[in-house]
Amino acid sequence: MPDSKKYIFAFVMTVAIFATALFISNSVSEGKLAEIQNIQNRLSLDILASETQSALLEETSCKNVNQIPLTKELGELAERLAAAEEQSGSDNQDVQSLKKQYFLLEIRDYLLMKKISEKCGVNPTFILYFYANETDCEDCQKMGFVLTALHEEFPDLRIYSFDYNMDLEALHTLRTIYGLGETLPAIVINGDPYYGFRPLNELVESVPALSRLRAEQIKQQKKATTTKSLGL
Amino acid sequence: MAISSAILYISLFVSLFFEIFLLITYFEVKSEIDFEIEHGGKDIKSFPTVTIVVPCHNEERTVVDTIKSILSLDYPKDKLRLMVIDDGSTDRTKAVVLETFRGTPQVEVFSKENGGKHTALNFALEKIDSDLVGCLDADSFVEPTALKRIVTFFDKEEVMAVTPSIRIHDPKTPLQYMQRVEYSWGIFFRRLLSSINGLYVTPGPFSIFRTKVFKTIGGYKHAHHTEDMEMALRMQKNGYKIVNAHSAHVFTVGPDKLKKLYKQRVRWIYGFLNNAIDYKEMFFNKKYGNIGMFVLPIATFSIFTTLYAAGNLLWSIASKIPEHLAKYEAVGFNLGMPNFSKINWFAFDLNTSFWITVTTLSLTFVILYLSLRVANGKARMGRDVFYYLTLYAFIVPLWLAKATYSTITQKKISWK
Repeated sequence: MPDSKKYIFAFVMTVAIFATALFISNSVSEGKLAEIQNIQNRLSLDILASETQSALLEETSCKNVNQIPLTKELGELAERLAAAEEQSGSDNQDVQSLKKQYFLLEIRDYLLMKKISEKCGVNPTFILYFYANETDCEDCQKMGFVLTALHEEFPDLRIYSFDYNMDLEALHTLRTIYGLGETLPAIVINGDPYYGFRPLNELVESVPALSRLRAEQIKQQKKATTTKSLGL
Repeated sequence: MAISSAILYISLFVSLFFEIFLLITYFEVKSEIDFEIEHGGKDIKSFPTVTIVVPCHNEERTVVDTIKSILSLDYPKDKLRLMVIDDGSTDRTKAVVLETFRGTPQVEVFSKENGGKHTALNFALEKIDSDLVGCLDADSFVEPTALKRIVTFFDKEEVMAVTPSIRIHDPKTPLQYMQRVEYSWGIFFRRLLSSINGLYVTPGPFSIFRTKVFKTIGGYKHAHHTEDMEMALRMQKNGYKIVNAHSAHVFTVGPDKLKKLYKQRVRWIYGFLNNAIDYKEMFFNKKYGNIGMFVLPIATFSIFTTLYAAGNLLWSIASKIPEHLAKYEAVGFNLGMPNFSKINWFAFDLNTSFWITVTTLSLTFVILYLSLRVANGKARMGRDVFYYLTLYAFIVPLWLAKATYSTITQKKISWK
């Protein structure tokens, strides 16, 4: 006959380990919920800060522009939001609400940056990227890779991503301003719309603003190499 | 999704339960294991007569060393007889044995038409009248003290068969080093299974039986090329006790190439599955104790969970391919180093299955450590452990899949 006591003991220990794992995973989930709440708070605060910065811009001199904390957190927030979306599902109401707040913050940041560039005579390249889920836009994933690679090549690019189908009035207005059609993926580079997927190099070659950036970068690299070889 | 989650959690629960059960059993029998190492094979009052059968088919390269190792056993010469059964070899096996051992009265050589290992063993069993009988495959060698250590166990009337610890002889290739660790697991498991009367194999190399076992329940059967498994199951079904002498060491030559190893393991797993089907009435049957209620079900279950886990892993890798292709199409090759500072730790899904998997894997390493200690007296991180950790998990699913497929489609597999 099997030794039932040993089986029961092993079973109880297994159940105890499962219960502990469940407890730890719940604690981690609660931590993540708190983190989402934290994202929400930061988004609200950043939107407010962006509005305040915009209002203060008239009083600020251009040499202080670099010291303004211009929503440096956008990138980090986007990553955390993507993780929250993956774990809770894109239909989750909290995630949807966070995305709306995030898009608003992006629009605020875009407007503020434009204002700064006008006031201070700097000329950054702005890219607005309109995407949709895989069902509505097969090429959006590839376009996302292109824009990530583009940002790695030119870190000063200001890239803002928007879910084309998100029901948000400010987003509708933005689409109307640039007269965007329904073809996706769509990008607006310094005010000019481009439609459909283009590989990295093709995009850089076909967009004058990006071609200029690449040419400048090559020129600077050459200069740096010459300076180095001359031992200056 | 719900079904795959259910399968995942059931698999994790069973694996964890099994590991905990093993560890409890180990701590129960630890002192017995230590005692056996210290005292096994000593103070034998009367030595039973023993016949060792060496079945061989085209083994001219190894058979002489096998026989020499038997003749070197620390056992009274008049109590030990050796029968070499040449099972229709087409090489010089018989001639080599006759030339080398002419004038050695302990060694007898017989020839028969080729019929497979089980027929060679039955051929010998008809001629045997010793108290005990064992077999040693012609690619295996015994340590001098092995028989004495085994015979000690026959002091108990109820013990009908004793299995040894099998080790890999002189590993040379990465696959053989890998098998050395795998066999250490085997030594550990067999010792623990022995203590719960759950042994379901009496391995070809040097398992020793009371001769009356064969007179009562009959000789070996073909049993899907795994006669040693069938014999153990038949004994268990008839209530015959099988124990393991873990300090009795036998060495075997492990397959050196993947193809040979694959064929051997397909045969073992195929044999296990088909013998399990033949003995299905033992499953979940209280009458057969631990082997029926626990060992056989969990051994069968583990084959399917391993296949499921491997399939899952393959699927997750395959499902990433389109994404990588899309990335290549978009930006070309990007050979830059991954930027770990950019890893989003928030994205890690630390759910219940993650923590249980971590616990199960940790216990697996504890058991690996104990296996190496029990098998070799010490556990150290050598190249055998390295090859085991890097190769084993990737190649096991190959033979599990083939053996399961052949069983489901009732396709016969070949011996060699």
